[in-house]
Amino acid sequence: MTVSPVGLSAARAGVELRQFFRERTAMIFTFALPVVLLTLLGSIFDKQVAVAGIPSSQLLAAGMIAGGIGSTCFVNLATSIVSDREDGTLKRLRGVPMPPIAYFIGKIVLVLVTAVAEVILVLAVGATFFDLPLPDDPRRWLTFGWVFLLGVTGCALLGAAMSSVPRSVRGAAPIVNLPFLVLQFVSGIFIVPITNLPEPLQQIGALFPLKWMAQGFRSVFLPDAAAATEPAGTWEHGRIAVVLAVWCLGGLILCLTTFRWQGRKDG
Amino acid sequence: MTDAVRVRGLRKIYHGRPAVDGVDLDIADGEIFALLGPNGAGKTTTVEILEGFRKRDGGEVSVLGADPQRAPRSWRYGIGLVLQNASDMADMTVAETVRHFARYYPDPRPVDEVIDLVGLTEKAGRKVRTLSGGQRRRVDVAIGVIGRPRLLFLDEPTTGFDPEARRQFWALTRTLSAQDGTTILLTTHYLDEVEALAHRVAVLSGGRIRATGTPRDLGGRDTAEATVSWIEDGEHRSTTTAKPTGVVSELADRLGDEIPGLLVTRPSLEDTYLDLIGSSR
Repeated sequence: MTVSPVGLSAARAGVELRQFFRERTAMIFTFALPVVLLTLLGSIFDKQVAVAGIPSSQLLAAGMIAGGIGSTCFVNLATSIVSDREDGTLKRLRGVPMPPIAYFIGKIVLVLVTAVAEVILVLAVGATFFDLPLPDDPRRWLTFGWVFLLGVTGCALLGAAMSSVPRSVRGAAPIVNLPFLVLQFVSGIFIVPITNLPEPLQQIGALFPLKWMAQGFRSVFLPDAAAATEPAGTWEHGRIAVVLAVWCLGGLILCLTTFRWQGRKDG
Repeated sequence: MTDAVRVRGLRKIYHGRPAVDGVDLDIADGEIFALLGPNGAGKTTTVEILEGFRKRDGGEVSVLGADPQRAPRSWRYGIGLVLQNASDMADMTVAETVRHFARYYPDPRPVDEVIDLVGLTEKAGRKVRTLSGGQRRRVDVAIGVIGRPRLLFLDEPTTGFDPEARRQFWALTRTLSAQDGTTILLTTHYLDEVEALAHRVAVLSGGRIRATGTPRDLGGRDTAEATVSWIEDGEHRSTTTAKPTGVVSELADRLGDEIPGLLVTRPSLEDTYLDLIGSSR
């Protein structure tokens, strides 16, 4: 019997998924946070009209897809790598004949599966409670596809880079969640339209990928008239693509320069 | 026969201070070799260099014929590790865990056989997080031996075990050594563990090897002066001598065939060990 890197990657992916779905509390927190926020905030914004005929709650629902991707790809991936470092997973994997890429492929599969599940969940809530329209124009789904892929990639790379910051799993939750919460706020995930935020906060949000992901998803699910609620008054697809791609590249560089197989106390 | 491990002049420096300062080691194929030393002696550093986890600053190292720092991934097919304090795979079952790690090796042992070997057959379907500390460590041993390693590293394997679990673990270690001729490098600070298991032992202290030998003759304890004690005229008496047999026979002449309260003791492994590490401080 020979050991194939493809087989090992598949085996790693299996372990990642099983561990994630079996750890109920963390799984529920990861999936439910965006949905709970969408439901609660949506009940407020449902009564407000963003632009002719479009309630603010639909802006919120579309933007919350970006929040969900951040939750599964950034927060969850970062904490899972911190935990792998602390519980001995990484040390054990370095001690077995495994190509390192198999570990990362396992994480990529975990991130993709959880992100897709989260998107379906947010869309289901958005469509059911806030009448978010699901487009039938394939060009809109194409936009969805590239925003999703660039967003997932960028968030996951930043999550992997972020995993080097906390010293322990206990510290990881606040260290990862607090900045993410602030980022969601300034990226107009909780407050819609984003132009309701003070200018300086909008500008801070515009430096990070989350705001652009949310804008991209709004362009997929809302009528073009809603583009008037964006700061630029248009969907700015070109700029979204550039900012997200730059963050993917930056995240990759951060990852390659900061990723540690060992915890600080071992090193 | 080649040595499983050969180390010459190994050095590792942390923050300008040598943690390992010229260590020589030879571990023969099939041997259970114990590395003994107080905390901070350089044990973990030495072992992690042999395991390929750390780079050295000087000296030569050969493990299974290769330099761990430059060995290809396939070198790890012959190495088994039993980590200290691992708590990974907590939400997987015992069987899933062992089956997973079997996939990394070209010729793994049968999963059921390994689970049986470590005595976890009844717990095979249980999640690893529900196991006791001793059972969890047996899972680590199962992962360590699944790939049929030629060399197994056991790093303080019985820390936190109750006495019964330690005995069972020792029996398991002897089985591995006897059945498959697996070479075992054991680090521990339990002296009874060394006496129970090790063919040979080295004492490491202050980054250097202070003595190497069998547990019986380490540091010359087999020829060291013995203490003979007995009871005479209702009083406990004792004397220290290089020739205890002579003393006993002289006592027998004086006190008759049965010497009351006779006890002949040599320095225990613990005495010898404390002596050896004391000499470096």
